[in-house]
Amino acid sequence: MHEWALADAVITTAKKVAKEENLIKVTEIVVKIGELQTISREIFETALQQVLKDAPDLFNEVTCKLEIEPAGFKCMNCGHEWLFSDVKKNLDDDETESIHFIPETAHVFLKCPTCKSPDFEIVKGRGIWVDSIEGEK
Amino acid sequence: MDPRINVVEKRLEKIGKVIAIAGGKGGIGKSTVASLLALVLADSNQKVGLLDLDFTGASTHTILGLEDFHFPDEDEGIIPPKLHGISYITITNFTQDHATPLRGQDITNAILELLAITRWDELDYLIIDMPPGINDTTLDIIRLIKKIEFCIVTTPSKITTKVVKKSVELLQELNVSILGVIENMTYPTIHYAKEAFPKSYLGTIPFDETYENAIGDKEKLLETSIANTLRNFTVICDKMC
Repeated sequence: MHEWALADAVITTAKKVAKEENLIKVTEIVVKIGELQTISREIFETALQQVLKDAPDLFNEVTCKLEIEPAGFKCMNCGHEWLFSDVKKNLDDDETESIHFIPETAHVFLKCPTCKSPDFEIVKGRGIWVDSIEGEK
Repeated sequence: MDPRINVVEKRLEKIGKVIAIAGGKGGIGKSTVASLLALVLADSNQKVGLLDLDFTGASTHTILGLEDFHFPDEDEGIIPPKLHGISYITITNFTQDHATPLRGQDITNAILELLAITRWDELDYLIIDMPPGINDTTLDIIRLIKKIEFCIVTTPSKITTKVVKKSVELLQELNVSILGVIENMTYPTIHYAKEAFPKSYLGTIPFDETYENAIGDKEKLLETSIANTLRNFTVICDKMC
């Protein structure tokens, strides 16, 4: 599973921040994942726990909170806006898997529902980011 | 903050040299040089990876003869499939070679995702096939890959030379390492690159009319004068080895 690689990125980032901020203990990490990553919450949480097994002691009591941000699009051609949740049922397994690996391949498999253009902006709900890291100094 | 940025260097730590094959113009042979350089290095028992970052105009898969597109295996990330002994990542394995219309932010995010989740094995070289011009891809790999080095391709054309010269000047301003400039598809009587790039000029790859028939066939590709010239680029090899 490539979720491990993203979980590793989150913990690597938390280690970097902890060092920069001189934290002796990291208590909470809030991670946001765009819905377009099509990542299962359970799988990602498992991956995080696996990565944390090899993390230094300052992560022993950390709580990881995971939020999924809904993905939305805006057509650059006609201005129509729509949600990923409205159209993802139309994707076949391989198309969903492609978007799971590289979310930007949505431009290959999705079109504006109104004008059929592939020229749309992903206005929200892609990528992964660390929203906050809490700890003690 | 985007955590993917913080693991790019870690994902590339087992790689000796990361070389971007770039140039200012389209159609000057970047993908040919990238593909055949990877092939000749693999044929010389070097451990080589090839990363095609020309998402919207990917063509290394055509040159190398990849016809069956499938997702890479996963093991704590994605594992680059092997093609002719080359660890190879192309977006076509995800798009099934369909048209891939991407704007700037899409390209940046796709590069970041690929660099963050790809688990390259120990490599002597990672060759990156770049899209034309100084654009999102160029700026992103300079930003993300600290040990990136550029090998510049140009052609015997005043137009190409002028555009490529601007690209080289910008890379120099940004203090990015340039291994050298290769003049591709040359004619016996026309050479611009030697004058335009006197310090970094590596040599010429003569136009090879056998190349078209070799595309897609590893053995034929390795017999082209392009491959033989790349084998003999001692300046590049001296710097690379």
